Amino acid sequence: MRVTMTVNGHRMDADDVWEGESLLYVLRERLGLAGSKNACEQGECGSCTVFLDEVTVCACLVAAGQAHGRSVRTVEGLAEAGADGAPGLSDVQEAFVAAGAVQCGFCTPGLLVQTEDLLRRTVAAGAGAPSDAEIREALAGNLCRCTGYEAVIEAVRLAAEWTERGRPAGGPARGEAR
Amino acid sequence: MRSFAYLSAPDIDTALHAVSAEPNAKFLGGGTNLVDLMREEIEQPDTVIDITRLPLAEVAELPGGGVRVGALVRNSHLAAHPLIRERYPVLSQAILHGASGQLRNMATVGGNLLQRTRCVYFYDTASPCNKREPGAGCAAAEGFHRNTAVLGTSEHCLAAHPSDMCVALAALDAAVEVRSVRGVRRIPVTDFHRLPGATPHVESDLAPDELVTAVEIPPLRAAANSRYRKVRDRASYAFALVSVAAALEVEDGRVRTARLALGGVGTRPWRAREAERVLADAPATEEAFDRAAEAELAAAVGRPDNAFKIDLARRTVTAVLRRLLTTDGSTP
Ligand SMILES: Cc1cc2nc3c(=O)[nH]c(=O)nc-3n(C[C@H](O)[C@H](O)[C@H](O)COP(=O)(O)OP(=O)(O)OC[C@H]3O[C@@H](n4cnc5c(N)ncnc54)[C@H](O)[C@@H]3O)c2cc1C
Ligand code: SF4
Ligand code: FES
Ligand code: FES
Repeated sequence: MRVTMTVNGHRMDADDVWEGESLLYVLRERLGLAGSKNACEQGECGSCTVFLDEVTVCACLVAAGQAHGRSVRTVEGLAEAGADGAPGLSDVQEAFVAAGAVQCGFCTPGLLVQTEDLLRRTVAAGAGAPSDAEIREALAGNLCRCTGYEAVIEAVRLAAEWTERGRPAGGPARGEAR
Repeated sequence: MRSFAYLSAPDIDTALHAVSAEPNAKFLGGGTNLVDLMREEIEQPDTVIDITRLPLAEVAELPGGGVRVGALVRNSHLAAHPLIRERYPVLSQAILHGASGQLRNMATVGGNLLQRTRCVYFYDTASPCNKREPGAGCAAAEGFHRNTAVLGTSEHCLAAHPSDMCVALAALDAAVEVRSVRGVRRIPVTDFHRLPGATPHVESDLAPDELVTAVEIPPLRAAANSRYRKVRDRASYAFALVSVAAALEVEDGRVRTARLALGGVGTRPWRAREAERVLADAPATEEAFDRAAEAELAAAVGRPDNAFKIDLARRTVTAVLRRLLTTDGSTP
């Protein structure tokens, strides 16, 4: 079957899709968007998190046909979603770098998308920065085998701060937040 | 995964006709359970009917104060809905205690009602499991059974019902509306899920050609003072060891209305009618709460690895009722 979606703002067609393929498979193997990761394929780890019509989902459990005609934003689309449209990393991405929240990086795309969603619903919606408890709950479905999560939570706090007050000029000093 | 035909149903009639014409078809809601089980080849439908485009995603107020929830309402949407948060906080809390944000965004009410057990042997196709393969035997009885049930079990199956949402719906006396080419019927949610008995593979009262179209929750004053407590191995993102959905209304120091249902301990979402009987018009005291919990768990059968749940459930019931007593607006 043919699956047509708007991916990161662009209309894309995937042809000859087998009914049993997941949205994750279509993105990675047919559309060349390998940012979203395939780790558990069971909905447990969140590495495959993408926006589907503005809410985050585990793309590994979405059947390809379910995504037909809908809008998807992947980790590749986060930078494009940045404030001024200029190329470069988004606040959330820069904050993860600055806080040293990336080790092997396998969980990172999912964490970035889920964090983007959390900040949209909280600080960017005028509801203030999320508390640590809110951050932990929002990221409960994103498992990381490397970082022990502390640096991840620090990155989210930092991204929330930048969303609220603007990112410091000249870019963050990488690695210093730790 | 086996090959199958995929059909995206544009309207309810098409979905109902398709399912009645195809003996081995499955509806696809959010897919968070079905896609997983198909990948493991535990479910092997010939046809998958995608129902996510059907117009069943509304939450609406019913005349008289109840709420009607379309079968395709997403779990996260339902939990956040003002009508649910105000009138049935227990339901909102139960949903938010289940799965993760990403999964709740995709999961539907109909799919949550019909999600299958998390017994590890049900997932492990190399082990015997009566639920997966009738007559094969039950690997959990002698094997790992820490997460199985202590109420409603049979020699054929001990699997616990995994849903949090359904526990709240059971306490609230919700009804499930189902439709087929033969017509519409309503099933009380407490009759919707079956005990395993000798046929653990038959999990609900739903016929293979029936579509869940809605869940209706009747008005309940006591539900304004209700809550869900879930005890699990970690603070978030784990299935329940024990959970309690409760609503309590007290008048002049006596229980006027008490609703209780348990999760994690029953082979189906467990409405605690024995406990409710003890509580009816009883003094609203810790002693009465203890007796109620005791009465409900009297029939529980523990096994070496899950017997701890019996005492845990008792203590959780009492703790939740005690807590509701402090938040009940009517107590002086
Ligand atoms: C990692 C993980 C953790 C989880 N943790 C929890 C938890 O802590 N608590 C909890 O309660 N749940 C938990 N879940 C389960 C989750 O709640 C269910 O997967 C979800 O609710 C299923 O909904 P769905 O719409 O995705 O169902 P689907 O996967 O689409 O369908 C499930 C079943 O229901 C049938 N069906 C769906 N809609 C209808 C309908 N309208 N009429 C008739 N049949 C229908 C399908 O044919 C299928 O058999 C977890 C799941 C995962 C993957
Ligand atoms: S408890 Fe039920 S689901 Fe688990 S192995 Fe036994 S029969 Fe299968
Ligand atoms: S790969 Fe999708 S949740 Fe793990
Ligand atoms: S950085 Fe390795 S899994 Fe998270």
